[in-house]
Amino acid sequence: MTVFIQYLVNGLSMGSVYAIIALGYTMVYGIAKMLNFAHGDVIMVGAYVSFCATSYLGLPGWLSVVLSVVVCTVLGVLVEGLAYRPLRAAGPLAVLITAIGVSYFLQNAAQLLWGATPKNFTSLVRFPVPPFLAQFNVSAVSLVTILACILIMVVLMWFTSKSKMGKAMRACSEDKAAAQLMGINVNRTISMTFAIGSALAAIAGVLLCSYSPVLQPTTGAMPGIKAFTAAVFGGIGSIPGAFVGGVLLGIIEAMAQAYISTSLANSIVFAVLIVVLLVKPAGLLGKYVPEKV
Amino acid sequence: MSSLNGKSFNPVMNRRSVIASAAGLGVAGILAGCSSEGGDSGSASANSNGGEFKIGAIGPKTGAAASYGLSVCNGVELGCKDFSNDTYNFVSKSEDDVADGEKSVTAFNTLADWGMQALVGPTTTGASVAVAEVAAQDPQIFMITPSASSTDVTKGKTNVFQVCFTDPNQGVNAAKFLAANYGDEKFVLFYNSGDSYSSGIADAFKEQAAESKLEIVDEETFKDDSQTSFTNQLTKAKEKGATMIFAPIYYTPASVLLKNASDMGYEVKMMGCDGMDGILGVEGFDTSLAEGLLLMTPFSADDESNADFVKAYKDAYGKTPDQFAADAYDGVHAVAEALKEAGLPADVDPTEASSKLAEAMTKITVKGLTGTLTWNDKGEVQKDPTAYVIKDGKYVQA
Amino acid sequence: MNFLKNKQTRSDFITYGLVIVAFLVVFFMQANHMIPRMFAGQLVPITAYIVMAISLNLVVGVAGDLSLGHAGFMSIGAYTGIVTAVSMQAAGAPQTLALVVSIVVGAVFAAIAGFIIGIPVLRLRGDYLAIVTLAFGEIIKEVVTCLIVGVDAHGLHVVFNLRGNATVNDLHLMDNGIAIIKGAQGASGVSTYSTFVAGFVLIMIALVVVLNLVRSRTGRAIEAVRDNRIAAESVGISVTKYRMIAFVVSAALAGAAGALFGGNFSQLSATKFDFNTSILILVFVVLGGLGNMRGSVIAAAVLTILPEALREFSDYRMLVYAIVLILVMICTNSPQIQGFIARFKPKKKGEAEANV
Repeated sequence: MTVFIQYLVNGLSMGSVYAIIALGYTMVYGIAKMLNFAHGDVIMVGAYVSFCATSYLGLPGWLSVVLSVVVCTVLGVLVEGLAYRPLRAAGPLAVLITAIGVSYFLQNAAQLLWGATPKNFTSLVRFPVPPFLAQFNVSAVSLVTILACILIMVVLMWFTSKSKMGKAMRACSEDKAAAQLMGINVNRTISMTFAIGSALAAIAGVLLCSYSPVLQPTTGAMPGIKAFTAAVFGGIGSIPGAFVGGVLLGIIEAMAQAYISTSLANSIVFAVLIVVLLVKPAGLLGKYVPEKV
Repeated sequence: MSSLNGKSFNPVMNRRSVIASAAGLGVAGILAGCSSEGGDSGSASANSNGGEFKIGAIGPKTGAAASYGLSVCNGVELGCKDFSNDTYNFVSKSEDDVADGEKSVTAFNTLADWGMQALVGPTTTGASVAVAEVAAQDPQIFMITPSASSTDVTKGKTNVFQVCFTDPNQGVNAAKFLAANYGDEKFVLFYNSGDSYSSGIADAFKEQAAESKLEIVDEETFKDDSQTSFTNQLTKAKEKGATMIFAPIYYTPASVLLKNASDMGYEVKMMGCDGMDGILGVEGFDTSLAEGLLLMTPFSADDESNADFVKAYKDAYGKTPDQFAADAYDGVHAVAEALKEAGLPADVDPTEASSKLAEAMTKITVKGLTGTLTWNDKGEVQKDPTAYVIKDGKYVQA
Repeated sequence: MNFLKNKQTRSDFITYGLVIVAFLVVFFMQANHMIPRMFAGQLVPITAYIVMAISLNLVVGVAGDLSLGHAGFMSIGAYTGIVTAVSMQAAGAPQTLALVVSIVVGAVFAAIAGFIIGIPVLRLRGDYLAIVTLAFGEIIKEVVTCLIVGVDAHGLHVVFNLRGNATVNDLHLMDNGIAIIKGAQGASGVSTYSTFVAGFVLIMIALVVVLNLVRSRTGRAIEAVRDNRIAAESVGISVTKYRMIAFVVSAALAGAAGALFGGNFSQLSATKFDFNTSILILVFVVLGGLGNMRGSVIAAAVLTILPEALREFSDYRMLVYAIVLILVMICTNSPQIQGFIARFKPKKKGEAEANV
């Protein structure tokens, strides 16, 4: 039983990292209706900035996180303004390919800036864990990740439902043209969404690398794809959906590795996703919109 | 619908953003343009009056495996500088293959167009098997791979050689060493099932372990795209009572494995192979985690006899050389020795060089960084592996 | 030459002609050693990528379904093709016959996989379809990594390595047996058998199949489903059937391309056919133009050579590639830039209506 709980905890902490990334994905998809494949690479940039701030500049951990959030936010807004905004009226495929181009760009730029040799990220989260949790392998990083994930989700839900900007975002998500007629600045709203998504990516990057220390230009790619899967799993565009999807994906992955096969763990995760989409085509918590004629 | 969307944008705003984007990308382009002083296009070596002999190097210089390829390319470059003499002026050129067979073959052909007379590369096993097939076809080019360890690389080819141990060789040696020194431990075999180097050693280790009566209680695998965390695998190994990990993996995932084990509070011994060499050089790695780590590698940067090479490498590239660099350096050394043995002129035709060098290879003995090297007619190297243990951040012979 | 009066037919024949001329020129130059080795070595992969691009264009461009897992079908074709070719060569069949049969077998297996995968996938649409094809691509990759296949006088031996602890020895091959696929190490140490001529023939077959399909009644039905599913359904077109036809034909062509590709390298691991390869082919299709087969052919050829030709830039080449990719997408799709360019062009009649 203890072992089972340990697997559960492993899955939960990895799943929370996926969930934070997936929240960023889902925010951007929900409002801009685009698959931002470069999201995973913003995570990598966030982790590098934090790494450089602590190792080279000697800044304290919390300040490096703030710095990396700022850098990623600026980066996200810049990317949106330069690469995605000119394509606002273009088809989804053009935007998808551009996002992939941005992803290549970030990976290669990171390689030129920081080198291809992996760096070892020193965990920013270090404190003793209470013994009743430590017996289940709950590490300090896991604890912080899970709590951060829940906090971020609650704040985001409050923000989108109650704040003025959040309401503007929901309006843009429903119908951009109508939102514009109501006096909402669509471009600014979308920029804001990218800012939030990228800030989340920075936090996710720091947490991901605190959990799994290898940092190289391709670090963000696979977690990015998994988080995207998680977002679709929970229903893309839905904030609680991204949370549920991320956590479930982490747990399924851990259980598959533990009890079925480590070599096929990813396949099992993807197979579950396919089954879920067949039963609920819009994901677990997604809103199914029937096509209008 | 679409027309409404299209017209609803403020044209002034958008034109400005277009210009901004053009300017931004232009800057990026300029940044990208003013760059290439990279020492990879035919860097000639100083202090030599000999004729040019062109040596090519291939390895991943970008992508996830880049650190290994960069080491090989640096090792070749340094080797070319050091082994140039009055007869041969070695010139090197390195190409990137992103550790991919298809790209590696193209890199090989690009180097052949440059006039390469011998190849020291590729770095990774899969790419080397693909390139060896091309190098062995007409027109042949002599190939010696520093680090590709599968027997498939050299099998059935007369002009292909290896500097590193073969996978079976390493797996068997490791199992014998463990049986002699750690016979009572319960082992977990931990390897990358998506990587031919790692799974090749694991397969050989398993066979020899059965013979040497080592107790393997668990086997755990991972893949390149799931190496972010190994806590699940470790939880399982711990549950099965494993007291020692044998992990024939590269140092990058090994650093994750050590961190995960320490985070979990799992006290376990660990042993690796030559791919683990370099773990102490990972930037930001807490070397105390590697305390007591065993590894079987032919090269130690802490060894007195290698001090000159280590210093020259550090001066040139700013980091401690790993076994990839040392093997590549020895590869160039072997080519130099074989050229001398065969008595070839520096401007020899690549195809002629290929057969003559291959003949000479089985006759020479190279006293290199990774031991005393001789080759058999299959292209496999004979040298002695040494087991090291990491104490106070340094290699100590075990 | 009456049939050439039809605009579409003429366009198709220009495409065929282009491919034939390009082939003849390259073939002549290759025979006379006029092209560098770097380029000559890439000829077979280029033909394979061209077939992949044509095949993906059928799904993405003509049928309008975004597939992100097309490399999976290529993988199935490559591995079944290699197993077939090696078994036949072991049995003493001539190389050309082995190559042809391996391509056919690769296509058949990929088509079967396409049909099985199509059943669940084609129930979905848009981004959800994209993610499910991505998922299938990853599943195929992992399943292939678990396969160990060998051949000896008793026939084929297959082990499925679920727990990750089986090795080639578990095949229990006889002494003269050959291990073809060694799990994670992939098909390693296999002799190569693909040729440039075979690649050219395959491109022509792919073009004829796809262009004729598109111009046929079936093709018009597929396009109708893409343009307006509900309207197509209301006039009695079976949506699933026609999407499935496109999907299966496309999978078969991808399998054939995979078999050709696999036969060109002596080492091939399953990780070669990952998400990045699927994306690479999608880039060919989008840059070449959706539904435009000639565009796909050109884009696949140019974009395969481009990164290699940029080797001079070494570390900067992928950065340059990324920037070029983004700029091309923005320049071809942004209404502002198109308007900007249009201002300098003399106005053509009818252009205003076309630019809605």
